[in-house]
Amino acid sequence: MTELALLGPILAAMMTAATPLLFAALGELVVEKSGVLNLGVEGMMLVGAVCGFAAAVTTGSSTVGFIGGAAAGAAVSAVFGVLVLFLLANQVATGLALTLFGIGLSALIGQGFVGIPLADLPELNVPGLTDLPVIGKALFGQDALVYLALFMVPAVHWFLFHTRAGLKLRAVGENQSAAHALGYKVIGIRFLAVLFGGAMSGMAGAYLSLSYTPMWAEGLTGGRGWIAVALVVFATWKPARVLVGAWLFGGVTIAQLHIQGLGIEVPSQLLSMLPYIATVVVLVVISRDVARIRLNAPASLGKVFHPDA
Amino acid sequence: MDSPSPFPPASQPSPPPRSSAPRLVLRGVTKRFPGCLANDSVDLVLQPGEIHALLGENGAGKSTLVKIIYGVLHADSGSLLWEGEEVTVADPAAARRLGIGMVFQHFSLFDTLTVTENISLGLDNPGPMKDLAERVRAVSERYGLALDPGRHVHSLSVGERQRVEIVRCLLQNPKLLIMDEPTSVLTPQEVEKLFETLRRLAAEGCTILYISHKLEEIRSLCDRATVLRGGRVVGACDPRRETARGLAEMMIGTELAAPVRPPQAAPGAARLQVRGLSTRSADPFATNLKDIGFEVRAGEILGIAGVAGNGQAELMAALSGEEPSADPDAVRIDGTPAGRLGPKQRRRLGLAFVPEERLGRGAVPEMSLADNALLSGYAREPLVSGGMVRHGRARAYADRIIGAFNVVARGHGAEARSLSGGNLQKFIIGREILQRPGLLVVGQPTWGVDAGAAAAIHKALIELARGGAAVLVISQDLDELFVLSDRIAVLFHGRLSDSRPAQETSVEEIGLLMGGMFGNGSDGGEAAGNGETARAV
Repeated sequence: MTELALLGPILAAMMTAATPLLFAALGELVVEKSGVLNLGVEGMMLVGAVCGFAAAVTTGSSTVGFIGGAAAGAAVSAVFGVLVLFLLANQVATGLALTLFGIGLSALIGQGFVGIPLADLPELNVPGLTDLPVIGKALFGQDALVYLALFMVPAVHWFLFHTRAGLKLRAVGENQSAAHALGYKVIGIRFLAVLFGGAMSGMAGAYLSLSYTPMWAEGLTGGRGWIAVALVVFATWKPARVLVGAWLFGGVTIAQLHIQGLGIEVPSQLLSMLPYIATVVVLVVISRDVARIRLNAPASLGKVFHPDA
Repeated sequence: MDSPSPFPPASQPSPPPRSSAPRLVLRGVTKRFPGCLANDSVDLVLQPGEIHALLGENGAGKSTLVKIIYGVLHADSGSLLWEGEEVTVADPAAARRLGIGMVFQHFSLFDTLTVTENISLGLDNPGPMKDLAERVRAVSERYGLALDPGRHVHSLSVGERQRVEIVRCLLQNPKLLIMDEPTSVLTPQEVEKLFETLRRLAAEGCTILYISHKLEEIRSLCDRATVLRGGRVVGACDPRRETARGLAEMMIGTELAAPVRPPQAAPGAARLQVRGLSTRSADPFATNLKDIGFEVRAGEILGIAGVAGNGQAELMAALSGEEPSADPDAVRIDGTPAGRLGPKQRRRLGLAFVPEERLGRGAVPEMSLADNALLSGYAREPLVSGGMVRHGRARAYADRIIGAFNVVARGHGAEARSLSGGNLQKFIIGREILQRPGLLVVGQPTWGVDAGAAAAIHKALIELARGGAAVLVISQDLDELFVLSDRIAVLFHGRLSDSRPAQETSVEEIGLLMGGMFGNGSDGGEAAGNGETARAV
């Protein structure tokens, strides 16, 4: 029975570990569908995490903290958007710079907040359901942000594939010059997408510092931003597959923790590498399927757009 | 010039009675780009129900002018009068509200979206997708433009893609429909169908502004023509009353010298042999080649016709060595098995090639002409020794090309992208020809090239072949293939038809093959009677 008793907490922890990945990857998916590659997710997450934490500590409200994190992420992404969309900077280089900038900025802002504890967010408790064996805690005992992240999956899907605004966004990402010739504001649409992606990254960071840990430490995100970027490719730009990927990587993360806890004789460093190794392996496998990439990848991804050319 | 046309004018319903105001008047429209005056006070009058041709060479300012009408670009000065009232067209949406629709030369479609989604993007108030799909079906049936609204655009043929664009315009009940080089990608039979649709629209009162440099088409379709040269209106005429030659001379401003093709000497030994060449691409948008076989002999030009996307790019890559094949005998150069060799080794065997894309494949846009000369020239010219570049020799080689082929450029230091399409193409073809190749493979040699440069390129290719080289031309331009080729074969869905002597075939027969009617090749002539096209020489 010990195995089953262990499975409940593992599933519950997997859900929480997947949540920041979901926020960040869904945001990046929308950005990439519009044709922009923002590699600054890690940096935006860090700024979102520290600003969300600072706002929550200062005001005493987690809600304010979470909104503050989203706003901070959007603000950082606006810098990126101005650089690559209006000043036509290279997207890859600018994105990498944004991550480095975010690491430094978050450390600076966070100086006064290291080591301050924060109360846990309230968790859902449905009598009967939450106490169900194995799945009860995972499905019915999480905090509001976990459910918000899950809600974003169908929401993003619906927006992209069932609304006119989403159709325009996909069109801009698929063929920027055709969209321009039809009279769509390529840069404006992309800028809004970048802001959304920044806000989602900020939420991902805020979730880490408000609920997952909950505290602030330098480099709190620990590379999750990069996994989120990889997840978008893993999901071949489809929201539902992002969910599967996030659970998979969340599961691997949690599993390696538990393996370490069980005292199995594997160097802990090796186990900590697991999620990242899994990322590389999955990406290689996915990239072999050229057809799927071609049919779903936005064709204008990463291309600089000059309206007059 | 005023000799009566040998062609009967196309059966044309007389245009409906004209209202007092013309549909669109342009007055003194001027547009300047850095370094060039694209439109120089252009005047143009379009009447309701007429099919009006806008004629001119590449760079004459046709595309700029229609982009101004459609609101993509804005004129520096001049005015537009729409049905008698002065208007400013701020953007394409404003143009669509006026009743202007446009079918672009390079389609403005989105490959991974469905037909309905694509059409929806071109409408201002598309309504729910389901209703739109119904309307698409209704309009496409009414005008004989068969379309399945649910299909993804990447799975459509080029002709079907054009139908998507046309249906998108028709759904807005346009009063003016602009067609920018609509037939460059169609088979002759598809062209005839398109013309039927356009005539029907004109009969219903829609004005059609038809941009093309294909003179026979304009003579059979259009009521009026305005000729542009160097951004200026240089003439207006009734194209049905002009000869093709007269129109061409108005377009280029000088007399046109058609290339002379000396009779072919007895063909020599096979220099390029292709046997059982097949490819399998992982890319779902690529066309797989299926058991391609042909040979090109010394002294002859083989033309390969076909609508774009039927395997031309893949055949080019397989011949150049960009995509080597597994079977060494699939491609033989002068008898040497070369199927598994890369481009450099094939060049050493005497193969030269000119890819379809000038900028990015044929030449590096940001590099000087001297460096571009080096890029392929090093294989057969002494431009590199001991791993070091001999810059002096590369410059001298570039100068030789510029001199021999009359390339207009600021010397060997000019960036490739600074040259006009025609001059860069002359440079690239010259770079290959001066290496004295035994075998030259050319894709779309005169695509987007002005008539003067095209004639020079055709002449150079014919001379190369008559000098003993084998030349393979892959082109979508049938007129060009009939000028150049000794034999013509057709590529369709990755398969190659048997070749036939150019003198014994006709545009109609080749056109049917381009539509996939391979058959036995004997009954082609009969069926061709139905698809009367507006071409003849």
